[in-house]
Amino acid sequence: MNQHTGNWPGKTVENSSGVCKYKDKNYLLVDIPGTYSIMSNSEEEEIARDYICFGNPDATVVILDATCLERNLNLVYQIMEITPNIVVCVNLLDEAKKKGIHINLDVLEKELGVPVVGTIARKKKTLNRLMQKVEDVLEGKINTNLKRVKYIPIIEDCIQMLTCEVEKILPQSKQYLLRWICLKLIDGEEKILESIQKNLNISFNNEKLDAKLEEVYELLEKNDIKKEDIKNKMVASIVIRAEGVCIDAVEFSQSKKQNRDRKIDKILTSKIWGIPIMIAFLGIILWITIVGANYPSMLLSDLFGWAKGFLVEGLNAIYAPTWLTSILIDGVYSTVTWIISVMLPPMAIFFPMFTLLEDLGVLPRIAFNLDKCFRKACSSRETSTYHVHGSDNVVNYTFKIISILSLIIILSKSLSM
Amino acid sequence: MTLNEVELNREVKVKCVNCDENIKRRILDLGIIEGTKIKPVLKSPLGDPTAYEVRGTLISLRKEDSKNILTNA
Repeated sequence: MNQHTGNWPGKTVENSSGVCKYKDKNYLLVDIPGTYSIMSNSEEEEIARDYICFGNPDATVVILDATCLERNLNLVYQIMEITPNIVVCVNLLDEAKKKGIHINLDVLEKELGVPVVGTIARKKKTLNRLMQKVEDVLEGKINTNLKRVKYIPIIEDCIQMLTCEVEKILPQSKQYLLRWICLKLIDGEEKILESIQKNLNISFNNEKLDAKLEEVYELLEKNDIKKEDIKNKMVASIVIRAEGVCIDAVEFSQSKKQNRDRKIDKILTSKIWGIPIMIAFLGIILWITIVGANYPSMLLSDLFGWAKGFLVEGLNAIYAPTWLTSILIDGVYSTVTWIISVMLPPMAIFFPMFTLLEDLGVLPRIAFNLDKCFRKACSSRETSTYHVHGSDNVVNYTFKIISILSLIIILSKSLSM
Repeated sequence: MTLNEVELNREVKVKCVNCDENIKRRILDLGIIEGTKIKPVLKSPLGDPTAYEVRGTLISLRKEDSKNILTNA
């Protein structure tokens, strides 16, 4: 499968798909937006939620980052509520090992009640294990026995109160959504409710259900729970459950790498050295790009010049009129080859180097150092005010600004030629 | 004390998250809830944001958000 990958949240804001073959069977894989949660209403969460919930996938593979399993487990518990066939895939096991994190996959599987498989995406063998689990689930060889989150007693009571009425509305094939729909009715998120009604072709406008909902709200009010608090209480239950699972399934040991990483972080983001180091990094990259690109540029332009001679001879040999030769050679050919020889080498050097910086983790640190400046640069519109180490919106901005910078350099170079 | 006032490398517990609904949701999603242990470990050279160690990972928060998180310190 060949799909473009990007590295900031919201990069995949739409679903992209590809076909993959395993054991003579074709699988259609749909890549949905990566999120930390599917409870909110941001665009990517909506797309992800709607696809899992209403796109009728045969199975859903939830890919978790082994280096921050606890945070990712929240997502598993949320997805468990909207689909029955889940395979949990714990990726980046190699990275986790380097950081001194050991994950007991069997314990995890037992606690979650869904098949769990560990992978190292660069190693194909581990990916085959994943496909094998997916196949087992699809063929019903593994019985999943979802252990969903139990909420605080009062919310569980509310779910019980609604169950009976909602059960009647739901079509037989969608009964597994019962609990989730009750939850959504309780927290009353209009947008999700609308989406449920539209996609399942059902309606919640029903006197009996309304009456039950009234009862639920009365009960909540009696217990002094405000409507906007319900969802936070649900999230808290999930977080606490994930914490409990991780205590059993994850072991931490002090590792050299983590200590080293933290030391490097301290230097890269230090008050004195942070910004000079950053400028030095970018300076070196730009210098290598500008100076290094000269050689392949010259080579390319020589090559094209050499080929030009043959083309002119060829055109003369077929007695092409002078105006045609002039359009084709001096117009089209010269312009195109000139652009290629000037533009291609700097791009071919700059972008791989930039990717390298990103993989080394320098870019997230730059984002961390410069966040204040970027915020000022885009204060006119609402910016996402949280970010996570390793992937961030600001990286996006850095990338754009540096791309523009490189274009300016390329342009100035081509003007001077 | 609010989270932005906690000195570096001092572990505290979250008492309450008072941010706007949308940001609050995000912060909860990242596992920062009442009782969660949190430790500021890095500060940006420009003073803001600050990176916090939470549940084994690093999360960086801006001052405008961390000042709405109350801690037990």
